[in-house]
Amino acid sequence: MGDAIAVHGGHGDAHTHHHPDLQHHFDTLEQQHEAATLGMWLFLITEVLFFGGLFLAYMLYRVWYPTAWAEGSLELNVLLGGINTVVLIGSSLTMALAVRASQTGLRRATVGWLLATMALGLTFLVIKYFEYAEKFEHHHVPGFDFHFDGPDAGPVQIYFSLYFLMTGLHATHMVIGFGLLSVMAWMAARGRFTPQWNTPMEISGLYWHFVDIVWIFLFPLLYLVDRAHQAL
Amino acid sequence: MSGHVSPKSTYYLIFGALMVLTAITVAVAYRPLGVWNFPVAIAIAITKATLVILFFMHAKYSSKLTKLFVGTAFFFLAIMLGLTMTDVLSRGLKTYPGGAGGSGYGVRAPHATGAAPEAPREGAH
Repeated sequence: MGDAIAVHGGHGDAHTHHHPDLQHHFDTLEQQHEAATLGMWLFLITEVLFFGGLFLAYMLYRVWYPTAWAEGSLELNVLLGGINTVVLIGSSLTMALAVRASQTGLRRATVGWLLATMALGLTFLVIKYFEYAEKFEHHHVPGFDFHFDGPDAGPVQIYFSLYFLMTGLHATHMVIGFGLLSVMAWMAARGRFTPQWNTPMEISGLYWHFVDIVWIFLFPLLYLVDRAHQAL
Repeated sequence: MSGHVSPKSTYYLIFGALMVLTAITVAVAYRPLGVWNFPVAIAIAITKATLVILFFMHAKYSSKLTKLFVGTAFFFLAIMLGLTMTDVLSRGLKTYPGGAGGSGYGVRAPHATGAAPEAPREGAH
């Protein structure tokens, strides 16, 4: 791949040998890679603030209704949430290894680690499905059929609204990530990535790890709130 | 050519650290530490996120400009959370003798005993 030669008029000798993946408005592959990474981080800044708004809503209502938060959180399944945490962090490991494999030019390993990441992502979503199904069974879904015993029913409904909003938005990101990784696996299988050019892998990795980070905060905040003070 | 290539061992090590921290955060959550449960859980989560950002996301090996972008995200997040929470948490404070609000951090206290749901107090003066 790296042997292709393109001669552009007006570029100096240094740029006579062009990598086919080097866009003409960049001087070097490094510069192009740097620009792409920076652009992805810019997008992730907006994502941090996007989820940040929900975390702020969570914090405010938690301060206003601490007992409702404790009661609502006790209804969540720590075991399933914990398993999902392990699954998701594991998928971050396989993603990092997939990016590394593409950096070192290992095509089969890249595809393998990507498929492993997708399998773990799918596992996460399936477990999440069973958790959601349980909430529907117990009438803990805010809206028409919500039911919760005790004086805190109202605020507990707010807790579950935020639970579904935050985990739902997170799961949506997982689904998008899954789609992204299938494209990556397809490109990797076709040998599109080389040690010289694997920017899409790096960028997809940033996205996948970001989604992992969101869950790293969601797990303790939603599942483990006030577990120690259950006797409230 | 395109970014720093970390040794596999780094990734396994970070994964191990993240697993240990996950175990700690679950274990700590079941121990009554009073007001400290929440700060400890958040501190562990921030540590985990930092490990992911530095090593899995290669921020440690990125250019200064990229690092600045990473910092910007959390700088603005801190402004949003920090300024809002200092406002909300101080609404019930007595700021002058005989002033509005209860003793100390009043917004949290009235609800802590499982009081009936009511609208959030807006610093009734």
